[in-house]
Amino acid sequence: MSSSGPGAERPDPPEGGVPGGPGTDRTDAPTGGGDGDGGGGGERLARWFSGRIGGILVPAAAALLAFILGGIVVLATGHNPLGAYKAIFEGTGLNVTSYFSEDSRQSAWGDLQQTLIVFTPLVLSAIAVAFAFRCGMFNIGGQGQYLVGLFAALYVGVNFDSLPAALHILLAAGASVAAGFIWGGIAGILKGVVGAHEVITTIMLNWIAVFGGQYLFELGGPLQGPNPSVPRSESVVDSAQLPEFPGSTGLQPLHIGVLVAVSALAVYYVILNRTTLGYGVRAVGFNPEAARYGGIPVGRNYFLALAISGAFAGLGGAMDVLGWKFTVATNDIQISDVGFIGIAVALLGRNKAVGIFFAALLFAALRTGTSTRQLDAETFPPELAGNLSIMIQALIILFVGAELLIVYIWGARRRFRPAGPLRVQPGLKQ
Amino acid sequence: MADAPLLELKGITKRFPGVVANDDVNFELAPGEVHALLGENGAGKSTLMNILYGLYHPDEGEIRLHGKPARISSPREAIDLGIGMVHQHFMLIPVMTVAENIVLASEPKRGPFLDLNDAEERVADISKRFGLTVSPGARVESISVGQQQRVEILKALYRGAEILILDEPTAVLTPQEASELFEVIGSLKEQGKSIIFITHKLNEVLEIADRITVLRRGKTIDTVPREGATEASLARLMVGREVLLRVDKPPASPGEVVLKVEDVHVVDERGLEAVRGVSLEVRAGEIVGIAGVDGNGQTELIDAITGLRKPTSGRVVVGDEDVTGDTCRECFEAGLGHIPEDRQVRGLILDFTLAENIVIHDFREEPTSSLGWLHPRFMLARAKEWLQTFDVRGGGPATLAAALSGGNQQKVVVAREIGREPRVLIAAQPTRGIDVGAIEFIHRRLVEERDEGKAILLVSFELDEVLSLSDRILVMFEGAIVGEYSSDVTPEELGIAMTGGGREKAA
Repeated sequence: MSSSGPGAERPDPPEGGVPGGPGTDRTDAPTGGGDGDGGGGGERLARWFSGRIGGILVPAAAALLAFILGGIVVLATGHNPLGAYKAIFEGTGLNVTSYFSEDSRQSAWGDLQQTLIVFTPLVLSAIAVAFAFRCGMFNIGGQGQYLVGLFAALYVGVNFDSLPAALHILLAAGASVAAGFIWGGIAGILKGVVGAHEVITTIMLNWIAVFGGQYLFELGGPLQGPNPSVPRSESVVDSAQLPEFPGSTGLQPLHIGVLVAVSALAVYYVILNRTTLGYGVRAVGFNPEAARYGGIPVGRNYFLALAISGAFAGLGGAMDVLGWKFTVATNDIQISDVGFIGIAVALLGRNKAVGIFFAALLFAALRTGTSTRQLDAETFPPELAGNLSIMIQALIILFVGAELLIVYIWGARRRFRPAGPLRVQPGLKQ
Repeated sequence: MADAPLLELKGITKRFPGVVANDDVNFELAPGEVHALLGENGAGKSTLMNILYGLYHPDEGEIRLHGKPARISSPREAIDLGIGMVHQHFMLIPVMTVAENIVLASEPKRGPFLDLNDAEERVADISKRFGLTVSPGARVESISVGQQQRVEILKALYRGAEILILDEPTAVLTPQEASELFEVIGSLKEQGKSIIFITHKLNEVLEIADRITVLRRGKTIDTVPREGATEASLARLMVGREVLLRVDKPPASPGEVVLKVEDVHVVDERGLEAVRGVSLEVRAGEIVGIAGVDGNGQTELIDAITGLRKPTSGRVVVGDEDVTGDTCRECFEAGLGHIPEDRQVRGLILDFTLAENIVIHDFREEPTSSLGWLHPRFMLARAKEWLQTFDVRGGGPATLAAALSGGNQQKVVVAREIGREPRVLIAAQPTRGIDVGAIEFIHRRLVEERDEGKAILLVSFELDEVLSLSDRILVMFEGAIVGEYSSDVTPEELGIAMTGGGREKAA
């Protein structure tokens, strides 16, 4: 996880921990105090350095390692890993050279549209994870928040067909934001008021969203569509459908939601770094005890952070349903995993706006590149490729999660610090 | 010292990216000598010793042992060469016994099994020889910190240490334990062991060292014999200028009462009554010190005054405003400033920049922000100004708080709390764990604030600090104020009161 986030361990500076001033001794337990006094400037610089470079290096190394291991598995299935990766890459539409030739331009653009369609909700659900994380919480509820946002946008998009298009879209998107805000906010209130752990409550809320959706759209459900034998909603009317992205083509054209997602990254960055709200959220995330001392209401920030997280994920649901799905069936709800992949995206992107952008692009590309439609079965069977994609994603998460260990080994090898005991940063959450 | 040196460190230089931690440092140790390595935090003491113990490699310079060059590339090799180190943070396994910890990594065996009886015998043997009494069969987790330190020393001796490095050994000890440690050091010396004693405490150096080497900013400043050295002369060597060890202050001219605490009761985390009916008053222009042994309700009292904890009964009044049970923010707005007890837990957000830390109380107000938007330019400008006024070194407004040394971190906290011009300043342990230069600075600032008419409530576990700063002294014991003294009280009198002795008299 991000080295600056909760749970990060911080080695003692070389001259660290000296409770008691000159003159008198103090009675103090060895584990108390915990003053990271002094510290050679070298240590500090090294920490800064490993923080900055490690910030890019570690996720990149994790991804590379995952691809190498994935390649070995491809090799074991009797296929050429380089060929398979090349084919997958071709299928993502991210190969710039394809756009130079008249023949491949059209299909590459089509592939890229698919990648960006997947990219959009991934970015939004990753922000939902990242925002809460910056407040010291692990929001596992992106999936539920995405779903309630999707349901809300769907409801508005199916009804109110007399509204003008722009208004209808805004209303539907607004409904999704509100729904996500409430869904995240429930967990936030529980955390802020009674201290219920957000991991537990958000997981529970995920299931409530899933089964709530099942109930709404199942046979005989209150929002089931016109065909009585199919558990599927009605379709979003034209006035609520997102406009197509300029120049988009094909049966499933790219919608402008991708612009919404990229703007959301900017909004995320600005809220966090330029507003008093973000200041409070980060203060609580880094050190709730210091925040409380400073006069920042900790519980209120827990609520706000989770609610705003939920709003982002909810908007992701709206982008999907207003952009290309237009309707939802009960089995769509069951197999949807956007919110969970969002966790991986945030993890790989280290909760930074730019990091999330690239991580989401990578995960979206993997998904598109390995889909049945894109991959030539001669080069690599798509059913294997689908599993390869999941495997690579899992490995990336594993390696990013092991970051602390990697950084530690790297640091120990470079002899940046003595092999002193690691200390958990004081004042962090529970 | 006529003897040939046992150990010589010659021209040791160690660079870290951007800084020279040791710059051509020379140090020598004679057999049977206690040699203190004195310096402020960050002077390079620990780096030097980590080089000697094989944890770092010097970029330049030479280590000579018994006159011959030695290459030490790991602690293992250091141990084999007879160098033992007792770290500040003990490296013991709590669930194992004293004997098991001591023999760990070179256990006496019977067949493939650990011979515990033999181990305990050996431990009892060396502990008798060096006068370090421990009970070999006791579990480490059940013995006191002072005892654990003895176990660490025994561990080094068991591995055949002739040179013992003690890294700030008294930092974790009570005064009694510290004087016991000094006796142990004396008996080790008699047995011919050589000891390097790392510290920044002047009185300790004068008590036990034969010679003193002073480091400052990575350089050897001087090596002096104990004879003729004084606290003042050592402090000068350490800091590089004259240091006022005593606070010079004009008599107070107290004004009206601005902080009034009336019969406050506070409950701690375990639900026990930690503060039992404390009443006190602090007037404008005076420093009231609360003396007491740690854990007698001082923390809870401060928490109750500053809004971090709600008192179960009683009243807290700042100026004319009743702030009982108010939030921290309301207390700050009523004119309270609070230098918290622990700068890293409460005082600072280590992952925030200094500019961000400095606005923590008023980031929601003009001119730090308007309509929810922060004004980074204002934040940076204010930070720049305050950091300059308070002589914070080692970073600018955009530096992360974590990157500063403890003394400078504390100056940032003090700068923020004083800079907001509060009417009442609560200073809890304002100089805990920082070096002489920073202590002097903070003490001077507190007195200046007093002279400008602020009311200051000082809580410190350091008697010297309370005695030298306070105009009036209250003694807190078991959650109650058990006595009030003027500033000319003797430490002995206070000491008795702090342990409950003066109770009847005061009541």
